[in-house]
Amino acid sequence: MIAIVDYKAGNLTSVQRALEFLGHRSEITDRPERIAAADRVILPGVGAAGATMENLRALGLVEVLRDRVARAGKPFLGICIGIQVLFDRSEEDAAECLGIIPGRVVRYPRAVDGLPLKVPQIGWNRVRQTRPHPVFAGVPDNTHFYFVNSYYPVPADPSIAIAASDYGVPFTAAVARGNVLATQFHLEKSGTAGLKLLDNFCRLGC
Amino acid sequence: MLAKRIIPCLDVRDGKVTKGVQFLKNVDVGDPVAMARYYYNEGADEIVFYDITASNERRGIMLDVVRAVAREIFIPFSVGGGLRTLEDMRAVLLAGAEKVSIDSGAVRNPALISEGARAFGSQCVVLSMQVKKTGARPDLPTGYEVVIDGGRQPTGRDALAWSLEGERLGAGELCINSIDRDGTKLGYDLEITRRISEAVSIPVIASGGAGEPSHLRDAFTTGLADAAIVASIIHYGEHPIPALKAYLKRNGVEIRDAVTVDLAPA
Repeated sequence: MIAIVDYKAGNLTSVQRALEFLGHRSEITDRPERIAAADRVILPGVGAAGATMENLRALGLVEVLRDRVARAGKPFLGICIGIQVLFDRSEEDAAECLGIIPGRVVRYPRAVDGLPLKVPQIGWNRVRQTRPHPVFAGVPDNTHFYFVNSYYPVPADPSIAIAASDYGVPFTAAVARGNVLATQFHLEKSGTAGLKLLDNFCRLGC
Repeated sequence: MLAKRIIPCLDVRDGKVTKGVQFLKNVDVGDPVAMARYYYNEGADEIVFYDITASNERRGIMLDVVRAVAREIFIPFSVGGGLRTLEDMRAVLLAGAEKVSIDSGAVRNPALISEGARAFGSQCVVLSMQVKKTGARPDLPTGYEVVIDGGRQPTGRDALAWSLEGERLGAGELCINSIDRDGTKLGYDLEITRRISEAVSIPVIASGGAGEPSHLRDAFTTGLADAAIVASIIHYGEHPIPALKAYLKRNGVEIRDAVTVDLAPA
């Protein structure tokens, strides 16, 4: 069973529909014991870092995600805001985040070379696979994925980045460290390429 | 670099696609789910459903369409037409749409934009507007007026002023539909699209008038649009989406290559 973490925001049902389409059973839940008991855990969503962390704290989910999922070796996937809250802190709402991966989350620049940059980034951007990882199996390099975000992660250890893209600046688009995998882009809205990554995650042995 | 988006628009009444789509031999062109599936496979970057159902009692049919589309289409899609309240927006999003497109309802009640953005996030709220070229007047500095109710009702609002207000209220994207160009195949109204795109810092979607591939190129280059709505240019089969994308790519426009990945487990 895959647990989709319900933190009272975000677009949870679209991840569940994508898993259903791929034939994977999942459950949307905010109960720590269900999350701790799941085979895999997905932290999806759209939203702001501050509100997401507030909700995770209020629901008592911070410790379970940190200690019984990430540190316990359980396959864990963060999507969009779900990658950003994995880091120590975010410029968005000056939020203290989960601290599962050392690093911070910063805003895209407002202008590049004197030209204003539209933020949020909304749309399809090319993703370069910067480090081989089994989650990319079957997905060509430089495939476009769907992004909706105003902030991007800067990992303290750049070697955990597995994919990069460019929006005004080059940015880390996906990271992997042991059992923890996370993407800036929406796997559930990126056509068959996104579905393939999601399916690969569901089949990864950790 | 972000790709320019091509967004097919399907008009739906009482759960059926109403006009335009005539070319497909093996697809029920009246079925919005079949049409969405077709354009998804063709490489559409997003899909818009515009609900033109007249009677309120039958509006629930659209939610069934949205639920069915969401089960098999894994790109963003939005729903517009007749959304007047936060509850209308919530119902469409819960049924599986990525975004809602609000138009006349937002003109009548601008708080709908801010309430929607607060409740669901700005990225869910597309402020769509019908604009009509009227000529510049003191109260309409750009010479483009926002009209509502299918273009019948002038509002006295300047298109640029309304765009800036929409952005301030929390809209995540703006869709600028030229009522003068709609259905003409003469090309998008590049002037107002560009003026708005230069002034705001959120994505702008050009709409109304596409008849030739060059019209899309012009919308993205001269018009500075981030995305373009297409309807009759693709519905009659003359310019399928892959051909439009190939044309744009040849003309140096960044577009998304439609990659279809085999989903069978290795």
